[in-house]
Amino acid sequence: MASAEHKHPNYMAIFWYLAILTVVEIAVIYAPLAKLTIGVLLCALALGKAALVAMYFMHLRFETRTLGMVAITPLAIATLLVFLLLPDGFAVAKRTAGEKAAAEAPAKH
Amino acid sequence: MSAASVHSAVEPAETPLTPESWGKLGMWIFLAGDAVGFGTLLAGYGAMRLTSADWPSPYEVLGINLTALMTFLLICSSVTMVKGLEWLGKGDRARCKLFLFLTALGGAIFVSLQAYEWTHLIHRGLHINGNPWGASLFGTTFFLVTGFHGLHVTGGVIYLLAIIRYVANRPEPRASYNAVEIVGLYWHFVDLVWIMVFTFMYLI
Repeated sequence: MASAEHKHPNYMAIFWYLAILTVVEIAVIYAPLAKLTIGVLLCALALGKAALVAMYFMHLRFETRTLGMVAITPLAIATLLVFLLLPDGFAVAKRTAGEKAAAEAPAKH
Repeated sequence: MSAASVHSAVEPAETPLTPESWGKLGMWIFLAGDAVGFGTLLAGYGAMRLTSADWPSPYEVLGINLTALMTFLLICSSVTMVKGLEWLGKGDRARCKLFLFLTALGGAIFVSLQAYEWTHLIHRGLHINGNPWGASLFGTTFFLVTGFHGLHVTGGVIYLLAIIRYVANRPEPRASYNAVEIVGLYWHFVDLVWIMVFTFMYLI
């Protein structure tokens, strides 16, 4: 059967990459770096680990390109959604802060 | 009876996306939909957190030692999963069943550790509608996202046990190769999602 033969990546190597990247992730949160830098590094490491799992464990590397497009679409949608939600989130945060200030103001006199 | 003839008997037509089987395409489409579900939860979490003034620092509040162990456990279970498929490809049904069982066991231990972690956090005051450390949405999103993932792991364990039975009952070991590959896709996806959840909900 064709599917049994054509894909045999070195699974143990992938396992070690994933284990090492997890240790690096934990080291990064204690590193003396700016919060934003740590956030960006952690996102990059997580995406790298996810890509390793998808490409080798899920055999996406050996599949057709179109199937790869199907697989990547949710990531694009989720990324877009963060930016769609942010303006609303900031507006609510601003209003809540305004209401809090208004509620505290009369109590002073 | 060869595996190829079994397949042609079950699946007369080929899909251009996944030439091996329609079932594999079906699982990929399901996973893409499921990924949108998780993506939406995580995107919502990110947007709420970025716009919150008093979001607690997750790794200080939640603790990451146990969760790092859980992450390692899921990675190990992904390896046993691919090993199970590899042995089935070589026609070794017994070893395949053993590795599939180890995968299910890894999932069961993962869910047990999660139950322990939840109990511990609830006792410390983390609730779905409030917590002692800051924004109440912290608890809401934590239980929603990790709970949704935990349910996926639980479902995966049941799915794996069903597939072990299926492998045992096929007349020829390789006749179940396709089914094992498909359960593998689901299991690795659950691992992949945990990598994201661990990073966004615990580490950042």
